[in-house]
Formats: sequence, structure tokens, C-alpha cells
Amino acid sequence: MKLLHKKWVTIPLLWIITFIVWQAGAWIYGPEIIPGPAATWQGAQELLSDGSLMKYIGISFYRVFTGWALGSLLAIPIGLTIGKVTAIRVFAEPFLNFVRFIPPIAFITLFLVWFGIGEQSKIALIMYATLFIVIINTLTGVLAIEEDRIRSARSMGASEWQILLHVVIPATTPYIFTGIRLAMGTSYMAIIGAEMIAANEGVGFLIWNSRLYFRTDWIFVGLISLGLMGFLTDRIVGWLGSKLLFRYGVIHTTALRRR
Amino acid sequence: MLNTSPSPNTITIERLNKSYSDVKPGAAGSVHYIIKDIDLVVKGGEFFVLLGPSGCGKSTLLNMIAGFVSKTGGSLRVGDSEVDRPGKERAVVFQQADSSLFPWLTVRQNVEFGLKMKKIPKNERKDISDRYIRLVGLYGHENKFPRELSGGMKQRVQLARVLANDPAILLMDEPFGALDAMTRRIMQKELSQIWRETGKTVIFVTHDIQEALLLGERIAVMSTGPNARISSIYQVPLAYPRDPASTELNELQRRIQSHFDAELEGGMYP
Repeated sequence: MKLLHKKWVTIPLLWIITFIVWQAGAWIYGPEIIPGPAATWQGAQELLSDGSLMKYIGISFYRVFTGWALGSLLAIPIGLTIGKVTAIRVFAEPFLNFVRFIPPIAFITLFLVWFGIGEQSKIALIMYATLFIVIINTLTGVLAIEEDRIRSARSMGASEWQILLHVVIPATTPYIFTGIRLAMGTSYMAIIGAEMIAANEGVGFLIWNSRLYFRTDWIFVGLISLGLMGFLTDRIVGWLGSKLLFRYGVIHTTALRRR
Repeated sequence: MLNTSPSPNTITIERLNKSYSDVKPGAAGSVHYIIKDIDLVVKGGEFFVLLGPSGCGKSTLLNMIAGFVSKTGGSLRVGDSEVDRPGKERAVVFQQADSSLFPWLTVRQNVEFGLKMKKIPKNERKDISDRYIRLVGLYGHENKFPRELSGGMKQRVQLARVLANDPAILLMDEPFGALDAMTRRIMQKELSQIWRETGKTVIFVTHDIQEALLLGERIAVMSTGPNARISSIYQVPLAYPRDPASTELNELQRRIQSHFDAELEGGMYP
């Protein structure tokens, strides 16, 4: 079965099977329960023609990107500090392991009270969703640095600040990168939840609002949009990482799949 | 002692201890010595070998000289000053190049690391790194990353990297231990030649008697830890470059081997 090892065979095959199962489901349960590919496409046309779909995608993406970028920028120095300073780590680690089990969605009401119903509360929520994953990955990266690397830099006359800049940060880069890439996934989860409960725009709003009109086809459009948004951003982030950070040992996962 | 100020790269060790206690502070408990009461003077420019089986504390002693591990008693001086931290005059070549080189930097950037930390201008850095890259035979590989190099080449990068900082003392912890026999022999020859050309003090840790005899002017044989001490020091009065097949070298090798065998029979090994 050499043919099944070829990418151009497996990927179209997967899609064909998906469409067959999807269409079969639509025939068996009816379009109200499972809208088939054609019905979903029509729903997408409707949403595209008045521009609402692209607007919602744009808004959700803006929220995810802003919160994720700000969260990562905040988390990296915190993770480095916790990793480097044992006295801080002793206090921070139990706290981190307590808070990271509280899902972002659980904070929605509090964030609305604290930051208002505007964009601030949504971006704060995504920052929260990003923060702990990136902190924990950065921290792990700092703790995983080979002692010899620090020692060799120190014996070549590097100051503690230079060691942080020229050894700790480059050595931690693959961990930081994995953290921010994983955080992208949780950011999408957080924003959809937030948009369902407290928003008038965005893909989450679309999915939640469609229930009022019983438009399951629009829900499908929303789900597929989310999948595509996530897939594309992850690929872009992965590709950028392997291009810009290759020397630090960041590898694009698609490169791992095939030799 | 008539000469009160020793040469700046002389290492003077007196009653040096490294110990830990296995009970809570305050309670009466036993104190364990990794290294106990070591006395040693390594003269400036000397090639000095610490020889002993693994776990004998020779790496601990080297790490103490490097300033990575703190002492618990006695004194350890380089020149006139007591060692309490790593210093630029004491360069360290680690056993594992993979865990000590910077994989995100090219060969040249690795060699220039210490110079860059000292903020030496770029063109000056390039002149210095060129010289040491040539000295260790890595000319033409400047722009490669460590992952693209063989084990022997990586150790050459480590050597060039520390030599570029012009240290007075080279501390080497089994640097050729992970290399194949042929590469190892070549590296030994080159190290010996570089030492004779540069006149650095070298302290070289190994568990290989032949390696010790090929390189060292003096060889300190360490007894096994705990309570590691230097049990005897052998002079190697042979001219460089040394021939591993020569009768004199083999005679010395037999003597040192029988020293270890005697300790083994005496039940000093676990």
C-alpha cells in the first residue's frame, strides 16, 4: 500500500470520506439536525453576501490575536523570572498549579464586572487563557537548561544579565515557542465562550445567535470557520517559527512528518 | 617559603575539603567527605593530570578549582587570590560539547562568545577568532552550527572558544572521553602541541592511564571517594611528543596500573 504513504493521496481521500459521512448523516437525520454540505454552503453564501461572516471572523481574529500577543509578551518575562529566581519559584509554583485549572470561561462574569462589556474584558480573558500556558512552558524551558551551558558562559566572563540575554533566552526559545503555539488553541476556546455569553459580534456570537432562528447550517458555517481560522493561524505561526527561530531548535511539525 | 607571591597562574591547594552532612542541621550526625584534606601545588605553565576511576572526586576537585562548586574547608588559591567564583583566567573545557556549546550560534559565534561579552569590537573579534579557529584546525567550518559537526570537531570548537579568551589556566574534564580511539589520539597530539605553543597551565582530568602518560608532566593518582585524596604523584620525565609504544611509557603505565590493582585488592573499590 505504497499509495497510502503519499500526501496527495491521503489528504483528498480523507476529505472525500468526511464529505460522504457528512452527507449520509444529513440524509439520515434530515437537514434540521445535520445540514449537509450543500445546505451549509448555501448558509455560508447568505452570511457572506451581507458581509457578516467576514466581519465576525475579523473581529474574533482581532480579539484572539491582541489578547494572545499581549498575554505572551507578559508571560515570557514572568516565566523567565520564576524560572531563574528560586525564591520566587517556591511561592509561584503552587499558585500557578492552582490557578491554571480554572478555565477562562469561568472568569467571564467576573471579567465583565471588572473590565466592562467592551473589548477590554474579552482581551483580558484571552490574555488569561494565554498567560499560564506560556508561563509554565517558559519556566520549564529555563529549568531544563544544561548546567554546563550556564557554567561555560560564566567562566568566559559573562555577567548574570548577559547570561540571561545570551544563554537563558536563546536556550528557552523552543519552549517559549511551544507555549505560545499551544496558547493559540486555548485562546480560540476562550473567545468563543466569551462571545457566546457577552458579545454582539464575532464567530461565537454567530454560533450562539443562530439557535434563535434554528439555523443549524449557520452553526456549521461558524464551526468550519473556527476550524479554518485555527488551522491557518497555527500553520502561519509554525511556519514563521521554523523560518525565524530555526537556529534555536524550533522545528515546524509538518517537517517532522516526512523525512 | 621564600617566594611569597607566586606566579599568577599557580594553583595552591591546602587541606581542601568538600563535605556534606546527611542529617538535619543541629542534630548529631555523620559528615561525609567527597574530598578530604587535599594538598597540591600546580605550577604556572605545567600540564598536570588528575587520574582516577569514575566517582573518585576528580571532577569535583576540578569544579572547585573552576569555582562552580564551593569548598567546605581549607584553601584554594589561584596566584594570590582565593577562589570563590568562576573567573576568566580559568577556562573550562567540558566533557560533553553538546551540553556546553551554544547550539544556536555558529562555530565562529561560539568562539567569539567570551570576546563579545567583553564588548571587544567586531573586527578585532574576527581577527582573534580566525587565529584560534585555524589553530584547532576548523578553518572552513566557521559558519557551521555545532549540530553539523562531528564529536571531535565539537571539542575543537570548545578548545578554540576558551583559548580565544586567553586564559592562564585550562581546566579540562575528560574532554576526549566520548570520542572514538582514533579521533582521541589526534586530539591528544593537538592538545599537547597547543599547550607547548601557548604555555598555559593545564589541569586535565581523565581515567585513562595511557592518556595521562601521553599528556602530563605530572600525574596525580586519586584514591576513590568518599574521602578522596591524592594518593601519589608520578613525574613523567619523557620528552614531547611522546610515543605510546615506547618502553619508558609502558613501564610507567605498568607501575600506575599496579598501583590501582593494589588498591583494588585492598578493597578500596566498591
